[in-house]
Amino acid sequence: MPLPSKMEISGLDVFYGATRALYDVDMKVAEKRVSALIGPSGCGKSTFLRCLNRMNDIIEGCRVDGDVLLDGNDIYARDLDVVQLRARVGMVFQKPNPFPKSIYDNVAYGPRIHGLTNNAGELDEIVESSLRKAGLYDEVADRMSAPGTSLSGGQQQRLCIARAIAISPEVILMDEPCSALDPIATAKVEELIDELKEDFTIAIVTHNMQQAARVSQYTAFFHLGKLVEFGDTEAIFTNPEEKRTQDYITGRFG
Amino acid sequence: MPEHTVKSYDEELNQMTGTILRMGGMVEQQLAEAITALVKRDPELAARVIQDDKPVDRLEHEVDHLVMRLLALRQPMAVDLRLITASLKISSDLERIGDYAANVAKRAGALSQVEPMRPVVVIPRMSLIVQGMIKDVLDAYMGRDVDKALDVWRRDEEVDEIYNSLFRELLTYMMEDPRHITPCTHLLFIAKNIERMGDHATNIAETISFLVTGTPLDEVRPKGDKTPFTTTPADLQDTGSEEV
Repeated sequence: MPLPSKMEISGLDVFYGATRALYDVDMKVAEKRVSALIGPSGCGKSTFLRCLNRMNDIIEGCRVDGDVLLDGNDIYARDLDVVQLRARVGMVFQKPNPFPKSIYDNVAYGPRIHGLTNNAGELDEIVESSLRKAGLYDEVADRMSAPGTSLSGGQQQRLCIARAIAISPEVILMDEPCSALDPIATAKVEELIDELKEDFTIAIVTHNMQQAARVSQYTAFFHLGKLVEFGDTEAIFTNPEEKRTQDYITGRFG
Repeated sequence: MPEHTVKSYDEELNQMTGTILRMGGMVEQQLAEAITALVKRDPELAARVIQDDKPVDRLEHEVDHLVMRLLALRQPMAVDLRLITASLKISSDLERIGDYAANVAKRAGALSQVEPMRPVVVIPRMSLIVQGMIKDVLDAYMGRDVDKALDVWRRDEEVDEIYNSLFRELLTYMMEDPRHITPCTHLLFIAKNIERMGDHATNIAETISFLVTGTPLDEVRPKGDKTPFTTTPADLQDTGSEEV
C-alpha cells in the first residue's frame, strides 16, 4: 500500500462468547480512499467493520484482541472516550435509521450534542452543507421541518449519511448502505461515496460485488473469519491471487 | 475449475466456447478445401468454399449475441470476464480467417482457368503449417493451455519466412515473362492471405495467454514479413531469420 493509512489493524481476534468470529486479521485502511469488505454471510466482515469504532462494545460476551490504531493511536486504549471516537469514526447502517425528528434536527443532532456550533446561523450552515454533500439538499430544502421518516428509503439513507458527516468525522464506516435501496437510489449513494472520498476515509461492507468493484480502490475478501486476500480492487476483481477469492467473486462457492 | 452455483451460467459459457470451437473447425476445413481447390484446379470446390463463409459469419453473430447476454445477465468477474472478452476477440479473428480462406478459394477458381504455375507446391506447405496453427490454437483455447498457445505464436515466424521467399520467387517469374503476372499476382495474394491467417492465429494465441494468466504477453515476436520494404527481388536475397 503506497498511500498513508488512516487506520491500522493488526492481529485482530474477535470472540462472541465461545465462538470465534475473526482470526488474526491484519489490514490497513488507506486515507481518503474507499476500502470495500466483501465475503459470504457470516465471514466476519461486519464484525471487522464494527471493531473500527468499537460498536462491538455494546454486544454482550464480545471480546476483541489485537490492535486497532487510528492515526497511530490505539482506539481500545483504556482512557479513550468512545463518544469522541465515534465522532471521528462515523457509521451508516444497512437500513436507513433516521431519528423520529425533523429532517433539520436529524442532521443538527450531532453538532448540537458535540457542541460544534456557537449560534443558530452556524448550525444552519452545517445542516445545509451536510445535506448538500449528501446530495439531498435540493430535494428537501423546502421541507426541513418534515419528519425524516417521511422521506423515501433512498432519501432516508442519504439523510443518515448527511447526519454522519455533519460532525465532520475522519472515517465513515458503511455497513451495506444500499441493500435496502432501489437501483437509482443506489446509484446516487455510490456517486456520493465517490465524492465523499475527497474528504473522508471510507470502509464499506457490501454483498454487491459489482458495487465493491465500482466504488472502492481497495478490497478485502473475508471467509470464515479470516482475511483471505486484500489488495487493489482492480486486481482482486480481474485477477485475484487466491483461489478462494476467485471462486467467490465468480460465483463458484460450494 | 469448480462449477458455478448457478448452473445455467455454466451452460451459457459452454455454449459460447462450443460455438467458437465449431467456428474454428469450420475455418480450418475452409482453408484446407481452398488449397485443395487450388492444387486440384477444381472451380466447383472453390465455389463451395466461398459459400461456406456464410455459416461462419452466422456463428460469429451467435458468439456476439451470447457474449452480450452473458455480460448483461451475469456481470462476469475475473477468469469468467477474461474468458468472455477473449472469446469475443477470438471469434472475430476466426471470422477473418474464414474471409481469407474464401478469398483464397476465389483466386483458386480464377487460377484454374490459366496455365499452372510452379510455386503452387510451396503454398500447400505454407497452408499446412497455418492449418496446424489454427488447430493447435483451438486446442489451447479448449484446454486453457498457455504453452501450446505460445508454441503456435512462435511458429508464425516460419510462415513469414516461407512467404518472404515465395514473394521473391514470384517477382522473378513475373520479370521473366509478363504473361506470368496475372497468375503470379493471384498466387502472391493467396500467399499473403495465408500469412495473414497465421497472424490471426498468433492473435488468438496472445488472447489465450491473457485469458489464462490475466496479464498481457510481454515478449516481442519477431516481425517476419519484410516484403513491405522491398523494391527488387535482391532486397530479400540475404535476409536471414535472425532479423527483426
